[in-house]
Amino acid sequence: MALTIDVNGEQRVVEADGETPLLYVLRNDLKLKGARYGCGAGQCGACTVIVAGKAVQSCDVPVAAVVGKAITTIEGIGRNGQPHPLQQAFIDEQAAQCGYCASGIIMAAKALFDAHPGAGETEIRDALARNLCRCGTHHRILRALRRAQERMAR
Amino acid sequence: MTNAPIPRKLPGSLETNRALDRWLRINGDGTATVFPGKVEIGQGILTALVQIVAEELDIGIERIRLAPADTSYSPDEGMTSGSRSIQEGGMALRYAASEARDLLLQRAARKLGASLEQLTVANGVISARGGESVTYWELASDDLLRQEATAGIAPKLPAHHSVVGSSAMRLDIPAKVCGVSTYVQDMELPGMLHARVARPPSRGARLLTFDESEVRALPGVAAVVRDGDFLGVIAAREEQAIRAQRRLARSATWEETASLPESMDPRYLLQMKSEDEVISEKGDAAGAARASRTFSAEYTRPLIAHASIAPSCAIAQFEAGGYTVWTHSQGIFPLRADLVKVLGVEEKRIVVIHVEGAGCYGHNGADDVALDAALLARAVPGKPVRVQWTREDEFMWEPYGSAMVVKMSAALDAEGNVVNWTHDLWSHGHSTRPGPKDGANLLAAWHLAQPVKAPRPGNPPLPGGGSHRNAIPLYDFPGQRVTNHLVREAPLRTSALRSLGAHANVFAIESFMDELAEAAGADPVEFRLRHLKDARARAVIEAVAAKASWKHRERGDGTRGRGMAFARYKNLGCYVAVVVEVEAANEVRVRRAWAAIDVGQTINPDGVINQTEGGIIQTVSWTLKEQIRFDRERVTTRTWDDYPILTFAEAPEVEVVLVDRPDQPPLGAGEGAQGPTGAAIGNAIHNALGVRLRDMPFTRDRLIAAIARQ
Repeated sequence: MALTIDVNGEQRVVEADGETPLLYVLRNDLKLKGARYGCGAGQCGACTVIVAGKAVQSCDVPVAAVVGKAITTIEGIGRNGQPHPLQQAFIDEQAAQCGYCASGIIMAAKALFDAHPGAGETEIRDALARNLCRCGTHHRILRALRRAQERMAR
Repeated sequence: MTNAPIPRKLPGSLETNRALDRWLRINGDGTATVFPGKVEIGQGILTALVQIVAEELDIGIERIRLAPADTSYSPDEGMTSGSRSIQEGGMALRYAASEARDLLLQRAARKLGASLEQLTVANGVISARGGESVTYWELASDDLLRQEATAGIAPKLPAHHSVVGSSAMRLDIPAKVCGVSTYVQDMELPGMLHARVARPPSRGARLLTFDESEVRALPGVAAVVRDGDFLGVIAAREEQAIRAQRRLARSATWEETASLPESMDPRYLLQMKSEDEVISEKGDAAGAARASRTFSAEYTRPLIAHASIAPSCAIAQFEAGGYTVWTHSQGIFPLRADLVKVLGVEEKRIVVIHVEGAGCYGHNGADDVALDAALLARAVPGKPVRVQWTREDEFMWEPYGSAMVVKMSAALDAEGNVVNWTHDLWSHGHSTRPGPKDGANLLAAWHLAQPVKAPRPGNPPLPGGGSHRNAIPLYDFPGQRVTNHLVREAPLRTSALRSLGAHANVFAIESFMDELAEAAGADPVEFRLRHLKDARARAVIEAVAAKASWKHRERGDGTRGRGMAFARYKNLGCYVAVVVEVEAANEVRVRRAWAAIDVGQTINPDGVINQTEGGIIQTVSWTLKEQIRFDRERVTTRTWDDYPILTFAEAPEVEVVLVDRPDQPPLGAGEGAQGPTGAAIGNAIHNALGVRLRDMPFTRDRLIAAIARQ
């Protein structure tokens, strides 16, 4: 069936069963591959996007549930060559090894900073409670988030 | 320009891949293409290789293009593993590039009528003294590098390096953090179908019945494939494949056997048949006579998962009797060799192409899923088939890092010096990667109606070793005996996990050294230095002690404490010393870590630091939290809830000091920190609380039990 969803400010029509997890609609129908598949159970955060201002694990949400809500993906905040301050901070701090978790973490952090620009260390770490990193890049990522936060505050 | 004597053996992988144009091409458009046989697994290797080539060719990094590793044209460099990529791939490219530069200079000399000595190069422009110039790109032609490498042109001296030794930014990070399609998981080909495998519920399970017609009738299903105990489904859309796989799994009935150990305690190894080999022995009668006190202790590690954040994935296409496979395997040529055996076609009919995956940390499901994809693609000729393992597939079926038991004993003389040392380790093999002489190391191969059997599992040989990696102490003890008890038969498949046996062996050695230092009334740093002649080893220990402001015989405060540990990876790789600070109330938290690392010549300092930080943080997770769980039939670890790893709330701050040695050969950096980190945590807990934890992981329950026993 045809559904219309609002992705990165555009109305997109997709032919998908309403129960289909948002992640597969983004990746396979809309070719937005930045939300990555990690667990399919909302436990690792690799697929995090922002829905109506909140960080959401897109593998765990049926597409029918996000009709009429603003969805923002990593592709919607900046592009390679014109990165968002959060993405630029990851580059500046070289805050990646394999990078698979990065887009989900950036989206979780964006949702946090949009709501709480002055979030402290504990709030930042807590906001990433549902984001896993396996390479052990945690403290570089935290450094990048603090750097981005400072830049966005200016 | 000097002519070096031609080495009998060519450097690194050049020895086995001698055609210069397998490594490098100079293009007419102002670029050079590098063809590495080593692959990116999140460690930043491609950036380091580009730096090496840019340095030797005297061109900017931005002029270099990278060709993906592909069995149809890439040099065969075996596996990207063992922290050997710089030594093997990097050194091959260094010599190939210096020879290519020389060939270009010779052409330029002829063209400009100048002698070689009169020429200089800047970013690919060759200039003669009179001001005439010509570019690499003008001189390039298809036949330029169509010759055998000689390694006869000496690379630049380290003192002349400007690109090597600098922290060039990783080439791959901007695209990754901007969500660009990067990984094989993201790849899409025209007409591609999605597939899933319904794996057996346990090892050795036999498929009795399943409902093919019900699954076949589900929306989008293109094929249901059964071959012996291998069962899979292909569908048009990904969510349709997932639904069909669930239905297939639900409908299938299996006959299972209770083949797993009664207990998850690694000491099950001690009950099994082992092959025992003394791998180091030296005796000293005078030393033995001085022994005044003896000590012993036993240390264990459970089965640990690689637990890549991305479950394994591959795409395969079967067409005109041949296969193309896109994979994040660490070894495209060994994988092809195993695919040949299982698929029963000639080698030239299989092309294996590398596409990056997430970090793998060793041998995970990458190769297995490639075979799954090829087997399923056979059912839909012409169509690319993408197989994505689920999280549960990966936890249940990836080969684990082996459980290990290490028994130590030692004697001290009256002055508190070690005069005798024994180390006995029990472990399964640490290498069951694809590419063995006999059989195939691919999961589905063993499940087929006509299976290709697994070869006997084993270890890479010493000096690097597998289960016995780092079992021989680097310390200078007058008497020692090290024995490897290899338990070849493994109830659950085990293979290479980052650092192999070094994690448990160094954990045991360095924990025991602290126990002995305590008995000798010595400071842990001083006690190690006292038994260590190797100057580079001493230097990293001293460097980390200085960085962490280590105080002589410092004591914890009942909650917080610090510990240190050291190893030289494989006894021939990088040197790493680590200090950690823990907070241990009801559970153990690592708050801070400091490390010093010596990798010889550093190609990319920030790359080495990033690998070391990551190695430390990942090992904190292994050591505090991780264990694969099973009952008599099945692996019961299925989700991240069953296998918690370190979270952002728990991640320590890490500071790394590089001890750069530009005149020493470069060594790998990816696996040096694992052993020392595990032991440093145990030592810090003892320093904080006075209790000694010898069984990993150091869970809350184990800490509380140890405190209660105190």
